[in-house]
Amino acid sequence: MREKILYILGALAALLLARNIWVMLTGLPDEAFQGAIFRIIFFHVPAAFTCFLGFFVALIASISYLKTGRMQWDSLAVSATETGLAFGAANLVSGMIWARIIWGIWWTWDWRLTSMLVCWLLYAGYLVLRRAVEEPAQRARLSAVLSILSFTVVPFVFFSIKWFRTQHPQPVLYGEGKMDAGYRAMLYGNWVPLLMIAAVLVAVRMQQERRMRELDALRREAHAF
Amino acid sequence: MTALAVENVWKYYGDFPALRGIHFEAARGACVALLGRNGAGKTTLLRILAGLSKPSRGAVRVLGQDCLSEEARRGTGMLGHGIGIYDELSAYENLRLFAALYGLPDAHRAAMEWLERTGLERVRDGLVREFSRGMRQRLAVARAFLHSPALLLLDEPFTALDDRAIALLQGLLRESLAAGATIVMSTHQLREALELATHVALIVKGKLAHAGERTAAMVDDPGYLYREYGEA
Amino acid sequence: MLYFRQVWTIAAKDLRSELRTKEALNASLSFALVILLLFSFAFDPTAEMTREISGGLLWLVFAFAGALLLNRSFARELENDCLDVLVTSPVPASALLLGKVLANWVLLLGIEAVCLPVFGVFYNADWARQPWWLALVMLLATWGVTVIGTMFSALTVNLRLRELMLPMLVYPMLIPCLMAAMQLTTALVAGQAPEGDQLAWLRMLAGFDIIFTALSVALVETVLIG
Repeated sequence: MREKILYILGALAALLLARNIWVMLTGLPDEAFQGAIFRIIFFHVPAAFTCFLGFFVALIASISYLKTGRMQWDSLAVSATETGLAFGAANLVSGMIWARIIWGIWWTWDWRLTSMLVCWLLYAGYLVLRRAVEEPAQRARLSAVLSILSFTVVPFVFFSIKWFRTQHPQPVLYGEGKMDAGYRAMLYGNWVPLLMIAAVLVAVRMQQERRMRELDALRREAHAF
Repeated sequence: MTALAVENVWKYYGDFPALRGIHFEAARGACVALLGRNGAGKTTLLRILAGLSKPSRGAVRVLGQDCLSEEARRGTGMLGHGIGIYDELSAYENLRLFAALYGLPDAHRAAMEWLERTGLERVRDGLVREFSRGMRQRLAVARAFLHSPALLLLDEPFTALDDRAIALLQGLLRESLAAGATIVMSTHQLREALELATHVALIVKGKLAHAGERTAAMVDDPGYLYREYGEA
Repeated sequence: MLYFRQVWTIAAKDLRSELRTKEALNASLSFALVILLLFSFAFDPTAEMTREISGGLLWLVFAFAGALLLNRSFARELENDCLDVLVTSPVPASALLLGKVLANWVLLLGIEAVCLPVFGVFYNADWARQPWWLALVMLLATWGVTVIGTMFSALTVNLRLRELMLPMLVYPMLIPCLMAAMQLTTALVAGQAPEGDQLAWLRMLAGFDIIFTALSVALVETVLIG
């Protein structure tokens, strides 16, 4: 039953994406300054939103794990973090592609991109920590604490890098001005299929975690006695 | 109130139950020998009693207080696998430190007293790093008994002790028991342990297979319990 | 009151241990001085360049040196199973943490105090033009580094590959604190008293310290007791 829901969700997301891409290519005119590549923003920005939503869900899951001790919360925390990292990577890569085409450089220390990179490294550390802990309850406990500490530092990262940048002017990735209403609708509109994909990824990952826990318990039992 | 009450304690590592429904009590002046094969859960249980680990389910009460509370910790002494003293500090500094951590009113006097009782007063200013193994063991024993704990937890204490240290420890244990302390001692050295024990608890695959008074049969034939419960 | 005495007992023990063996202190200080000297030698910065990079260079040096020091913080308790004895004692886990943070803070400040004159000599920089403000920034930023570093030392104490993992986990967390310290230090070494923007950095630094000290104090017991 659960798998059927996931398939349907995935299919819906694919349909929505196809429809959006069609609209992007035909419905919206080329941005005056940035050309056809401007459309990448409709993936670049929602990917960032999804990434941080993932980290936020991981925060809630981590706090819940520490309060209740139920391993399902730990599974949610790791799944949400991994999915968030995937979308964060999408944001970084799309940003790099854009910078390459517009500016001819692969990387720019634009404050948003830089902040995303730092946060990405922060949460990559979360995965590294998990890999270093064998015992599931200890792993859940330590990574929950790390998740809480990491999310707390995210706003600090954004502010400090933004202030740093305003004191050292650097190329800006895209304009600070508000976007046209039509564009904004597409921006948020494209977020919906991305969120659906994120939900599917999280659900699949949680399933995988559940199976690994069962295996681990069986293995421990076999070895102990 | 009982000195130690272990109330239906479960401990999970992930989904694997290392301890399953451990439930027993110990009165003041009781010495419980905790028996069981390696991997049965003895160390896990002792760590929970010492407040190093939280039970997944159930609770442990020491003199009425939860074992994780400050009051319970103040009355608990532990001798684990490691000796628990600092190599870079002197014998005196070590005992002084632990006396302060346990809130003893006169840390200096307590430290000096226990240096004498364990025969280390002449090396009080020597760094532990330079001590012989026997001296380190005696200092570890001093550390464990320093604050006159009401509950003593010992994890295989007689392993790796030399004769002098064993005699010292047994003497101190008898003294504490007479003064009303409670002892829980996990051990493989059945003979030494059963001499002191008033009660015996056997853990088999995380469950408490037997908990009761030490009988003559156990002292005469230490392997008897293991055979009884199919562990031999 | 008892709580602060316990914090002090732990801090004193750590300081006494470290000052007696000086292992981590020597490694940390040598590393810091080597980087400072090598950089001066390799780039031979002009006065102008030095003015621009002073904050960045100094705090990179302090951060790297700090990592060496902080790694040992909880790791030293593993020998002879002393960590178990400390956790089992009536000292609350938060007092244990704060005591260690305090000891590390003092040690790292000591290293910084040695590095500054060396910097002054080899880079021909007059770094003490705003001594009180500089001292304040050093105290606050060093506290930020040690609080995070010590907390992560506790987090990773029982893990293998601890030495490799600690820097990897700690540096992204420290970026806001280090950026603030770098900005402020560059300005102060150049002789400007902080104003406007600089004060905002100072406030952020203080906020960072308060929030992460509070969080660490709240979470350390969960970390140490399984």
